[in-house]
Amino acid sequence: MKTQAIDVRGATKNFRLHTQGDVEIGVFQDLSLTVEFGSCVALHGPSGCGKSTLLRALYANYRIDRGSIRVRHDQGWVDMAIATPREILAVRQRSLGYVSQFLRVIPRVATLDIVAEPLRQRGVPDDVARDQAVILLRRLNVPERLWELAPATFSGGEQQRVNIARGFIAGFPIMLLDEPTAALDAENRAVVKEIILEAKAEGRAIVGIFHDAEIRAAVCDQLFELAQFKAAA
Amino acid sequence: MRSDQPLLSVRNVSHHYGERAGCLDVSFDLWPGEIIGIVGESGSGKTTLLNCLSARLRPSVGQVLYDQRTRGLVDLYELSEAERRFLIRTDWGMVHQNPRDGLRLGVTAGANIGERLMAVGERHYGQIRDKALDWLGRVEIDTARIDDLPQTFSGGMQQRLQIARNLVTGPRLVFMDEPTGGLDVSVQARLLDLLRGLVARLHLSVVLVTHDLAVVRLLAHRLMVMQRGQVVETGLTDQVLDDPQHPYTQLLVSSVLQA
Repeated sequence: MKTQAIDVRGATKNFRLHTQGDVEIGVFQDLSLTVEFGSCVALHGPSGCGKSTLLRALYANYRIDRGSIRVRHDQGWVDMAIATPREILAVRQRSLGYVSQFLRVIPRVATLDIVAEPLRQRGVPDDVARDQAVILLRRLNVPERLWELAPATFSGGEQQRVNIARGFIAGFPIMLLDEPTAALDAENRAVVKEIILEAKAEGRAIVGIFHDAEIRAAVCDQLFELAQFKAAA
Repeated sequence: MRSDQPLLSVRNVSHHYGERAGCLDVSFDLWPGEIIGIVGESGSGKTTLLNCLSARLRPSVGQVLYDQRTRGLVDLYELSEAERRFLIRTDWGMVHQNPRDGLRLGVTAGANIGERLMAVGERHYGQIRDKALDWLGRVEIDTARIDDLPQTFSGGMQQRLQIARNLVTGPRLVFMDEPTGGLDVSVQARLLDLLRGLVARLHLSVVLVTHDLAVVRLLAHRLMVMQRGQVVETGLTDQVLDDPQHPYTQLLVSSVLQA
């Protein structure tokens, strides 16, 4: 039997908009999901059904109202719904990676350092972390002349590749991917597909949103339909 | 350094100005290497709280405990005045919004850095000067300016000098009050980047007071949101900013203009 990486039970998420007349928007209700190591699950459903919200909840970037979100960490489980900030940061440092749809650019910080940062936070020496960053940037076809520049002025596709490099550099056992190929051309989509397949082969777990049907078919073992958990209006 | 124990433990701290509450029943732990941001508009009690935490204002109620290297957690306000001053000089730093409050304008840049070293017992002139030069470099000030007065520096340089003066003695805990407050945006970015690198490399704990949400997003691990003296929301920085729960936090986050 395979080991579970993620175990969500009875998760319910509503947004309460206090500044807009206390409107309450239900996103999903009583949602359960398990993900095993060595597999890739695609969150699926029409726009607005809560795919990104669920992905963010798995990362504890969003909170949930009810339920548990257990993530494998150091041979044990951490429930991201109730973990302390310190515990969540430890999970994010060692066990769980997240590639957001858009890169958050930090003024003045060079591309190489943005990519190397997750390794450095873990205590890997600067030069080793930068060497790893070079390997990934090269693989993702980010031109060498850009490496020492801050990515603020890069194209959407270049920024996305920097973001993917940053997400994958640390070799997290569990990866969350929010449309990792949306802004990429065919050649680079193929590279990302390879990287995901390699991660799976190494026994890592992946949860992603993939609008690109070809990528989805190539990397995913299971489609997870969100519509069934739609909160009653 | 033990990391199984908080460096600073704040327990039920309130401070009243007569009838009015400056801050009300604030509790939190700050761990080694952790940066906590305190946000809220002016008058929300951020500065009162900062003063209580940094041993400059005795709270009306509650305790502020600090992990002293040799004695474990001690109540700041039970220390003698001399002990407290020694602690502030050796283990702590304080970065003011206005660098003029944190620098001595009548002495050179080098002396501003060297003075802190002498306060902790450094006596060798050559070593003090070498360290001052090293720190000017680390905060990206041209070392040729070591004998110039801070008055001749730009606002951004003065702020960087203030940071060097604070960090040269290797403090464990630094309080920052709107460190990027009065600076131009381009200068802010440079300072933030510098601070980010320094706190990570030196494994500093920081209490950062600001009303600038972009600053806390970049620097703070954790956030406390204050309104009318009370902490209305607390959590991981990205959680509080991206999925705010309290009405006041939602208002604060939604009021930021996207550039």
